[in-house]
Amino acid sequence: MFGFYIALAVFLVVAILLLIFRITRLVNVVKGTGEETTQTSNNINGALMMLFMVLFFGLVGWYSWANFDAYEPPVASEHGQLTDKLFWRTMWVTFITFFVTNVLLFYFSWKYRYNKNRKALFYPHNNQLEYIWTGVPAIVLTWLVISGWMAWDGIMSEAPEDSEQIEIMGYQFAWSLRYGGMDNQVGDYDYRLIDAVNSHGQDFSDRAGFDDFQFRDLVIPKGKPVLLKIRARDVLHSVFIPHMRVKMDAMPGMPTQFWFVANKTTEEMRIEEGNPDFNYELACTEVCGRGHFSMKKNVIVLEQDEYDEWKADQKSWLSKNPEYMSQVPDNLKELAVVTAGINE
Amino acid sequence: MSTATEAAVIDAHVHEDHHDEHHEQSFITKYIFSTDHKTIAKQFLITGIFWAFIGAAMSVIFRLQLGFPDADLGWLKPILGKWIQVDGSLDPNFYLALVTMHGTIMVFFVLTAGLSGTFSNFLIPLQIGARDMASGFMNMLSYWFFFVSGVIMFISLFIETGPASGGWVVYPPLSALPQAMPGSGLGMTLWLVAMVFFIASSLLGGINYITTVINLRTKGMTFSRLPLTIWAFFLTAVIGLLSFPVLFAAALLLVFDRSFGTSFYLSEIYIGGEALSNVGGSPILYQHLFWFLGHPEVYIVLLPALGITSEIIATNSRKPIFGYKAMIISMMGITFLSFIVWAHHMFVSGLNPFLGSIFMFLTLIIAVPSAVKVFNYLTTLWRGNIIFTPAMMFSIGLVSVFISGGITGIFLGNSAIDIQLHDTYFVVAHFHLVMGAASAFGLLAGVYHWFPKMFGRMMDSRLGYIHFWLTFIGIYSVFFPMHYIGIAGFPRRYYSFTNFDAFSGFTDLNMFISAAAIFTFVGQLIFLFNFFYSMYRGRKAPANPWKSNTLEWTTPINPGHGNWVGEIPQVYRWPYDYSKPGAEDDFIPQTVPYSETMESNLPHENDMIALEKEEAAEEVVVDAKSAH
Repeated sequence: MFGFYIALAVFLVVAILLLIFRITRLVNVVKGTGEETTQTSNNINGALMMLFMVLFFGLVGWYSWANFDAYEPPVASEHGQLTDKLFWRTMWVTFITFFVTNVLLFYFSWKYRYNKNRKALFYPHNNQLEYIWTGVPAIVLTWLVISGWMAWDGIMSEAPEDSEQIEIMGYQFAWSLRYGGMDNQVGDYDYRLIDAVNSHGQDFSDRAGFDDFQFRDLVIPKGKPVLLKIRARDVLHSVFIPHMRVKMDAMPGMPTQFWFVANKTTEEMRIEEGNPDFNYELACTEVCGRGHFSMKKNVIVLEQDEYDEWKADQKSWLSKNPEYMSQVPDNLKELAVVTAGINE
Repeated sequence: MSTATEAAVIDAHVHEDHHDEHHEQSFITKYIFSTDHKTIAKQFLITGIFWAFIGAAMSVIFRLQLGFPDADLGWLKPILGKWIQVDGSLDPNFYLALVTMHGTIMVFFVLTAGLSGTFSNFLIPLQIGARDMASGFMNMLSYWFFFVSGVIMFISLFIETGPASGGWVVYPPLSALPQAMPGSGLGMTLWLVAMVFFIASSLLGGINYITTVINLRTKGMTFSRLPLTIWAFFLTAVIGLLSFPVLFAAALLLVFDRSFGTSFYLSEIYIGGEALSNVGGSPILYQHLFWFLGHPEVYIVLLPALGITSEIIATNSRKPIFGYKAMIISMMGITFLSFIVWAHHMFVSGLNPFLGSIFMFLTLIIAVPSAVKVFNYLTTLWRGNIIFTPAMMFSIGLVSVFISGGITGIFLGNSAIDIQLHDTYFVVAHFHLVMGAASAFGLLAGVYHWFPKMFGRMMDSRLGYIHFWLTFIGIYSVFFPMHYIGIAGFPRRYYSFTNFDAFSGFTDLNMFISAAAIFTFVGQLIFLFNFFYSMYRGRKAPANPWKSNTLEWTTPINPGHGNWVGEIPQVYRWPYDYSKPGAEDDFIPQTVPYSETMESNLPHENDMIALEKEEAAEEVVVDAKSAH
């Protein structure tokens, strides 16, 4: 019944609008007006241009100012501070351009609206002007390119030797983490070795993997480089840690990586944000299917000593799943038993 | 030009003159399988409008989900059936299908076929002074390939597993593996088949546009006298011709991977409890091939809109377009650069970071010609005498959204800044303004401006103004707030944001955007009404309603097959002699020789008079010869 009333209301509104349209049209035909763009309609539209401009910039200015904290996520990594600086630099340059050109556009539209007593200026070209407005943007853009270039170069450089190695693997629809363990090396894998338990397809002929362990959350130390070794098991995914300004696609068959240094612990961020429930999060930003929007991992940033303590407490994956000892080659079995910490 | 070839040209014209006394055509050859460029243009336009409403309606449905996640969408069940879940919410797989189809439809069917297909077809022969396209038959095939493509895509909307759902970019492995999502099954196959037809259609059209512009210009219509619309359509066709085949290659390899067990894009995949045998493929290869079309595609939809705008702004400012040559050089620059910036879509795809630096550099260069175009538009408006026709309003709106959307490209083209912004709503805001809204505004401006030539009647301008203001306010209300959401890091193509604390804010803004989207969509109904109403009941159009200089307004009000009755007019000047000092009217059509406008000629133009006379004398001789 409710639907019927809505339909009826819509029908009536449309009918009334059509009636108004028809009547104004007939009136115009009788009066002989409305044939051309009139002075009045030019004035109204010109004035609306100015009104639009004022409202538009007013709203943009107000919203940008009043809600700054809501849309600017706090930054918690070293390179993130640099890219944020570039972001805001670009923001100022572009905002000025955006403001000036839009204001000129609307102002000219108003100021030079049609007047039958005036003739437009015949002004087909001016090469001087063309050179200036080719040259100036080129110079400004070069400046932005060079600063972006330098930042990009640093962010994408080789990870430092002492980085904490953590493998993050995306699959439909979650992330799974494997830590390098005491030797800080994540062991080899082979996708054909993946089964229900060995979800990463760890290859036990590689001794670097014996002490690897898995953990539910991404736990990283503050102030120390962390190297994410990124891969996917089925389709594309993308690692995104908004507060760390980290993003890199995860692909099956083509491992990628991203290294960064977190510079605020979860605890520090909770105090800074005044939110005791704050947690860093990791999300997926490459569409991967039905559960794309739910691929969340918690990220926990600890002080170095807390991290070391936590890490020392972790049991290797092999020690938790000793049946996989059968996949370890005979000559490495003894080593595996020791490094995986099985004999306890 | 030698006399012999000239004789041939003139002979051809004489021959073609028989066109206007053609026999009566049947309904089928006149309106359905027509080879007349004007009818084909209208076919493209109406098909484009049909798809635009479907594509926009899809966006309204997924905006309902994003803005009002708790709303009961049960009332959509009659249309969407099982895609509405038991609790009245949208199925997440279908959400992705909607996003994918919205993108595909809008980019390819509306802004490529609907825009280029309509206006290149309609305006190229009319503005260069040709009877028709170089090949009317190929032109007809171009439309019907597009039609077939549309039918296949339309069918894919209704199949049980749903249409393609991996995003409009359909990255493999997601799109290659039916077990990854239902949309990667039959829906994806149909998507690929439809795209193959679409590519064929684009190529047939493009070859025709290029050939026609090069070969069929009327006497005196040199390249430096072409309206900027034609330059834009010409360069667009060149881009399409060079880039669409690469999409075809990408699609073909994907078909092989999907159906014939090859491993072009697939490697080391474990899915559904099973390790696939594919090794050695590269998902990045697909991205390179896709974006080699995908980025030029942005300019394929944008350049025609910019060309249309140039023409409309000059006409309605009653001023020559400022920097005609600079505009052409900018467009050529954009055409060239559009081919060497594609990898900026892939900064964080695992691409070699060094390549990333190169592409950042090239990408930011392309901002320069775009900036030049904006400055030229502004200077054209400066000290003009601006008449606000609905077409002019949309053109001004285009310049505004082109600026607002263009400058955010400077953030995204910078690979260091793109790390954070990539695949967030900031990107959505950016490309919807700079390519979606700008091109759509160009399309609408073109319809309002050339409607009188298409249908011999005027559209209602008041409804046009209302339509413009609703659309302009609506578009900014939808897309401007997305910048904030994007800076906050909200990723694209998310069905819901409630899983994350970081993305839990902005429910109010998302609601606002959705409401604005519905508002904008409803506003388009005014256009739809105006369009079809005016087609039959609009006021009769005068011969040259906008007092424009270009050739199409020298044809009869309802041009028949062959466009001009009698001989094709000769062109003597460029198309932008508006408000020339000394001239009586504020416009001098291209067909007026300099010898008739002594009062307004510039010094170098007086020299042209002698040339005009020489040519006229030559023509008389040729005529006498060919009379034998």
